[in-house]
Amino acid sequence: MNIVVTIKQVPDAANVRINPETKTLVREGVDSMMNPLDAYALEEGVRLKEKFGGKVTVVCMGPPMAEAVLREAISLGADEAVLLSDRAVAGSDTLATSYALSQTISKLGAFDVILGGKQAIDGDTAQVGPGIAVNLDIPQVTCVRKIREYADGKMVVERMTEEGYDVVEVTLPAVITVVKEINEPRIASLKGKMAAKRAEIKVMSAADIEADLTRLGLKGSPTNVVEIFSPEARKGGVRIEGEPDVQAKTLVASLKEAQLL
Amino acid sequence: MNYFLTETEQMIKETAKEVAEKYIKPVRAEYDEKNEFAWEVQEKIAEAGLCGVYIPEAYGGICAEGQMGIMNLVVAVEELSKVCGGISLGLAATALGTIPLILFGNEEQKKKYLPAIAAGEKLAAFALTEACAGSNAGGIQTTARKEGDYFVLNGTKQWITNGNVAEMYTVIAMTDKARGARGATAFLVDKGTPGFSFGKKEDKMGIRASSTYELVFEDCKIPASSILGKEGHGFLSAMKTFDMSRPGVAAQALGIAAGALEDAVDYARSREQFGKPVISNQGLRFLLADMAMKVETARAMVYATARSIDSGDRSCSKESAIAKCYASDVAMQVTTDAVQVYGGYGYMREYPMEKRMRDAKITQIYEGTNQIQREVIGQCLIKEAASKK
Amino acid sequence: MPIKINKETCVGCGACVAQCPFGALSLVDNCAFVEETKCKFCGKCATVCPCEAITVVKEEMEAKDDLGSYKDIWVFAEQKKGQVAGVSYELLAKARELATQKPNKVVAVVLHDGGNAEIAKQLIAKGADKVISVSAPELTNFDDLTYSNVFYRLVKERKPEIILCGATTIGRALMPRVAVMLKTGLTADCTGLHIDPETGLLIQTRPAFGGNIMARIRCQNTRPQMATVRHKVFPEAEPDSSRAGEIEEVAFQKEDLSLRSKVLEVVETLGEQVKLTDANIIVSGGRGMKGPENFALLKELAEALGGAVGASRAAVDAGWIPYAHQVGQTGKTVCPKVYIACGISGQIQHLVGMQSSDVIVAINKDPECPMMKIANYAIEGDLFEIIPLIIKELKK
Repeated sequence: MNIVVTIKQVPDAANVRINPETKTLVREGVDSMMNPLDAYALEEGVRLKEKFGGKVTVVCMGPPMAEAVLREAISLGADEAVLLSDRAVAGSDTLATSYALSQTISKLGAFDVILGGKQAIDGDTAQVGPGIAVNLDIPQVTCVRKIREYADGKMVVERMTEEGYDVVEVTLPAVITVVKEINEPRIASLKGKMAAKRAEIKVMSAADIEADLTRLGLKGSPTNVVEIFSPEARKGGVRIEGEPDVQAKTLVASLKEAQLL
Repeated sequence: MNYFLTETEQMIKETAKEVAEKYIKPVRAEYDEKNEFAWEVQEKIAEAGLCGVYIPEAYGGICAEGQMGIMNLVVAVEELSKVCGGISLGLAATALGTIPLILFGNEEQKKKYLPAIAAGEKLAAFALTEACAGSNAGGIQTTARKEGDYFVLNGTKQWITNGNVAEMYTVIAMTDKARGARGATAFLVDKGTPGFSFGKKEDKMGIRASSTYELVFEDCKIPASSILGKEGHGFLSAMKTFDMSRPGVAAQALGIAAGALEDAVDYARSREQFGKPVISNQGLRFLLADMAMKVETARAMVYATARSIDSGDRSCSKESAIAKCYASDVAMQVTTDAVQVYGGYGYMREYPMEKRMRDAKITQIYEGTNQIQREVIGQCLIKEAASKK
Repeated sequence: MPIKINKETCVGCGACVAQCPFGALSLVDNCAFVEETKCKFCGKCATVCPCEAITVVKEEMEAKDDLGSYKDIWVFAEQKKGQVAGVSYELLAKARELATQKPNKVVAVVLHDGGNAEIAKQLIAKGADKVISVSAPELTNFDDLTYSNVFYRLVKERKPEIILCGATTIGRALMPRVAVMLKTGLTADCTGLHIDPETGLLIQTRPAFGGNIMARIRCQNTRPQMATVRHKVFPEAEPDSSRAGEIEEVAFQKEDLSLRSKVLEVVETLGEQVKLTDANIIVSGGRGMKGPENFALLKELAEALGGAVGASRAAVDAGWIPYAHQVGQTGKTVCPKVYIACGISGQIQHLVGMQSSDVIVAINKDPECPMMKIANYAIEGDLFEIIPLIIKELKK
């Protein structure tokens, strides 16, 4: 199987803090990491490879420092890594990003499936996976929590829904975005780490992927940010004092009065 | 302190640390309680590629030709032992059982066993100790009688680590009682060989996640090709093996101590009495400082010995005895003090500290008691002085 | 280069550095320097610079169409088994509000199998001026490709100015696909929508970086302007059966049916449990619950209140309660009327999942923890004592 996994380098969520005075992000000391859901997608891709044979290629669009997550992906079992890095993509929204990634993937040769995490923790849009599917004119299934079968160019998967799940059959090649429930990612093995150190990351530019520059970056992004502001901080309310039974009574009375119960 | 670990050693350390945090920490108390071997963790250690760190590349490990990989082993065992000194024995005791093969095995034997051990598919064990032969290894009674193309083993081995979870056993047995110290031979015995069974499972004070069993040989027939090294060289092989493997036990002791120290410092910073963290008390800081001195000096000694062996120095008996003896004494002292730092909580099984104290004790006893280690050191001193002339 | 810093004019005051929400600016040799990879081109630096040393040349996507020819606000009415999803009704109400800011017809678009004959009328009662209904057995279950093809065809033919859709599993699979097919902009998980009186554009407000920052986004040169919105962000309107509206039945085109994917089975697993994301009252437990058995207490309180049980990541990771109950950045985002946090300190990753609750009640031993500080009602005490007393009080 030829498996492609799209990964993104994102700020380490646990460490993102807001400077209370300026209300801006404190970026010092914030590490970057692989988008958590992409790690699940990668694990699934490596498991497919282990089961059916083939190779896993990871693709990432980012600045040169994004090479780190590509190496991490190799340490976790990916065979090849491609980084699309070009100033032209700066300021891309999800439309431009989907275009850039799908152009990159189309240059890699035939593939059976494209796996990705459902969404990234910085953008949270969950839009790029389907966008890639449209650009490559292939089917998609999102929120996949299990890949049941793969045979004769088709996959049967379970898509998580609000009520439970749908069992979906999809003809490959297709885009599959995954959720946390799908597996438990492995940790990098020693051999993996060594392979990651030695690996050659293929860096591609906008010219290498023969991209239409008007579809990249700000020019290729129909949406843009007009304003950034800090959200109104939620102010505290009242402290309910007294002995526990008084506190309980006061709370219930307050909630009833506010017609919340 | 920067010990200038190589890139590979650094990777091993990180990998072992990740395995320990992710897979060992959540289950260590359970396996200690149940007195059971943690197969699920052993699988993860194998998947992480840690089983071959001391095994030559040619047989599936990562060591270059001629390299021993003891420092690699030390780094891995230390990190795993920081979290659990019992679960780490799956790797450490396999190393003890495998080093004789690496040192003295022939090509056929190496090809037969090493790849599976390096991949973590099989574990190994070293079987010397018997009921009547502990420190006095020369007193073993297990015999290996030659019969045509076979040897027949009879006897019982006691307190064997990786007891019934190993697949390959390095067994020392008497082939010629008359020759005394030159009368023992090392053999490689496969689990499942008819006549080889397991006896008592030990219920231990500590390292309870490690499998400790009696091995019973009753007319156990093994092919003559099972001889490891030369006939009559059994004790020599064992002694040479211990010189190489002592840093492994030392690393286990070091890890146990280091883990205890780290937790003790964290605890002392968070536990408040009299309105402040207990670490505000100089007395406690002094205690922790003494613990830290012991851990760091033990580490320096263990690392130096491991590097020395790796660089080709095979006459390292004194140094490896010092490393083992010192690190294990440190482990016992530091874990005892760490329990003290924890106060009442240190005594409760609900908290992970008392286990470390129970685990530490064995490191002063097995693979040569610390009294034997001191004897080895003493004898080396004499030899060195004598050769000065 | 989109961000230009005039080295002569820049005095190195650092105002831009301090104000950049993304930390993309720094001072190098006493002059502002922008790290392009971090810059999101929001333009804040240019507005705060006292010397006008920064110019943000915002390149934009060219308008390729007669934008004025797009009309109407469409709401994709999600339905399962003939039941319209609550979020779709909420969006109809919001669309009505937007229609008062700028005159527009509110159109509900529903794809279904015809099982509910009243569905169009229900949508009109809830605020639609017109309903476009496509009914066919092939549309019984949501299929990404088939639904995209049908919806795309409708949009291409009829050119709505704005499309709103719930940020549900279906919405987040369908809208991104259609937006890219239309080569237009889509903003996900909006918490605010309004029409800019000057430009007539839809301004989409959404959180970024886990809610630490809010962004206002617009899509000026392409149409339709598309947005998805989560459940319970906007209120639903009461149904008004006296409302009149147009119902147009549009035939399903066979060529829109895709055979490249299909639903084999629909499995419901949640059963009787109150779904966390739907609940109006949530009783949630964290590290302070101390163990799995204590969640029974929360369940009792939740039942007494007719609510659902939630949990912080700490409780889920400790194995005390299944992941389905996790609220927070890596769990579910909820927006109930009342969120009762028991023994939850309120780490940012948890707050992000519930801070838009109407009323927050916190019960905690630590009066200074973040949850206690933002709670509308903060109770300092032992939850094991207080919760039984609350249950007792409720049962009176």
